[in-house]
Amino acid sequence: MHNICTLFRREFASYFATPLAFVFIVIFLFLTGVCTFVLGGFFERGQADLAPFFTYHPWLYLFFIPALSMRLWAEERKSGTIELLMTLPVTLWQAVLGKFLAAWAFAGVALALTFPMWITVNYLGDPDNGTILAAYVGSFLMAGGFLAIGSCISATTRNQVIAFILTAMVCLVLFLLTGFGPAINALDGLLPQSIIDAIASMSFLTHFSSIAKGVIDLRDLLYFATLIAISLAANAIVLDMKKAD
Amino acid sequence: MIEINHLTKRYGVLKAVDDLTFSVAAGEVLGFLGPNGAGKSTTMKMITGFLAPTSGSIRVCGHDVESAPLAAKTCMGYLPEGAPAYAEMTVRAFLDFIANVRGLAGDRRKSRLDDVISRLALGSVLEQPIETLSKGFKRRVGLAQALLHDPPVLILDEPTDGLDPNQKHEVRTLISAMSKDKIIVISTHILEEVDALCNRAIIISNGRILADDTPRNLKARSATGRLDDVFRAITTGAPVQGVAAHA
Repeated sequence: MHNICTLFRREFASYFATPLAFVFIVIFLFLTGVCTFVLGGFFERGQADLAPFFTYHPWLYLFFIPALSMRLWAEERKSGTIELLMTLPVTLWQAVLGKFLAAWAFAGVALALTFPMWITVNYLGDPDNGTILAAYVGSFLMAGGFLAIGSCISATTRNQVIAFILTAMVCLVLFLLTGFGPAINALDGLLPQSIIDAIASMSFLTHFSSIAKGVIDLRDLLYFATLIAISLAANAIVLDMKKAD
Repeated sequence: MIEINHLTKRYGVLKAVDDLTFSVAAGEVLGFLGPNGAGKSTTMKMITGFLAPTSGSIRVCGHDVESAPLAAKTCMGYLPEGAPAYAEMTVRAFLDFIANVRGLAGDRRKSRLDDVISRLALGSVLEQPIETLSKGFKRRVGLAQALLHDPPVLILDEPTDGLDPNQKHEVRTLISAMSKDKIIVISTHILEEVDALCNRAIIISNGRILADDTPRNLKARSATGRLDDVFRAITTGAPVQGVAAHA
């Protein structure tokens, strides 16, 4: 635990040692604003809720989260610090968890800084704050899912650009499009309904939208927890098999 | 004590390290010599637990590196080739991080930090990000990191590579001063360094030990008394003037 904490703090601080944190947070906040007010029609809808804000989170995460996760292990490989890290008295698990949790906490900070949105909607009307809280929890869990996949993919390469593109593609094809109406409808008739339902149940979108409606179902929580656990286990296995180069 | 037993590392068909067996006792400064690609770094990476051996075993301070990696890593300090460090961190933050991972606390933490900072003359660059440092300083930060917990075993992969002659001299003085009760393994291309620092030299090529002797005895194999000639004769197998055949 002590080691996870030490690695967490180092990794978390490293985001703020460069302009990365600032650039990331500013652009993230700007784009969530654009999505909510322009694309989502926040005012035109005339409803006091944050649905237009949360609807776009999966698509924003699609390129924001790989930008966070791409450096997690690829940079360690590129700079050779992986050799330093792996010869310190820490276990592989501690390293994987410490780094992942730091990235997740950073994503959490970016998400928390969208609080003016919450203040705005409370100022303008009388929203269901329980639903909003649930949606925040769902969004944070979804960010964790994206990050765990990104961390695993980052461990396979020393090239951050490759890590970014692969993560975005895997998340898009396997975890977003599978739950995206127009994409899943295209499969109608090609595959039996039960298989289509099974595919859709694997998607971030399916689980996120059910939490965002304000219902925190154990199955949705388990889905994200399992996804994160499996991705991080794969991450550790990849590192163990391929430490050098 | 480092005990290496029939250590082998294969990459596909290539044998990077081929059935290496040797042990190093406290007080020994072992110079690991060999041409590029001889298997020096691979061996060091296996000793420090970064790479897993294909076969064979390594014990450091009585701990098997594969079955008790944390205990073995705790008693080693390691300077990897090229002295990698987290570039965006300041020297102080980096050393603090290492001290935390090494579990140093209280007075001992402070005295160890003060000790390595003064030994390696890092006082003037403590607040600078590591990426802005010169090669010499980066190498010294890497050494400071390896020495911080005052380990009984030091594994240094090319500790003086890229340093200017004055810095080389300082690092050698530092290593000599520490050598009394520690095990120090250094790899190097610089033969004079072996002469100046080590009381034992192992020459490897293609992953095999070709010579294991004191630098003095190795030099005696050549009529010219030059370690370079002996090194060339041993690693190339070609006749070199002044070195007796089958040396």
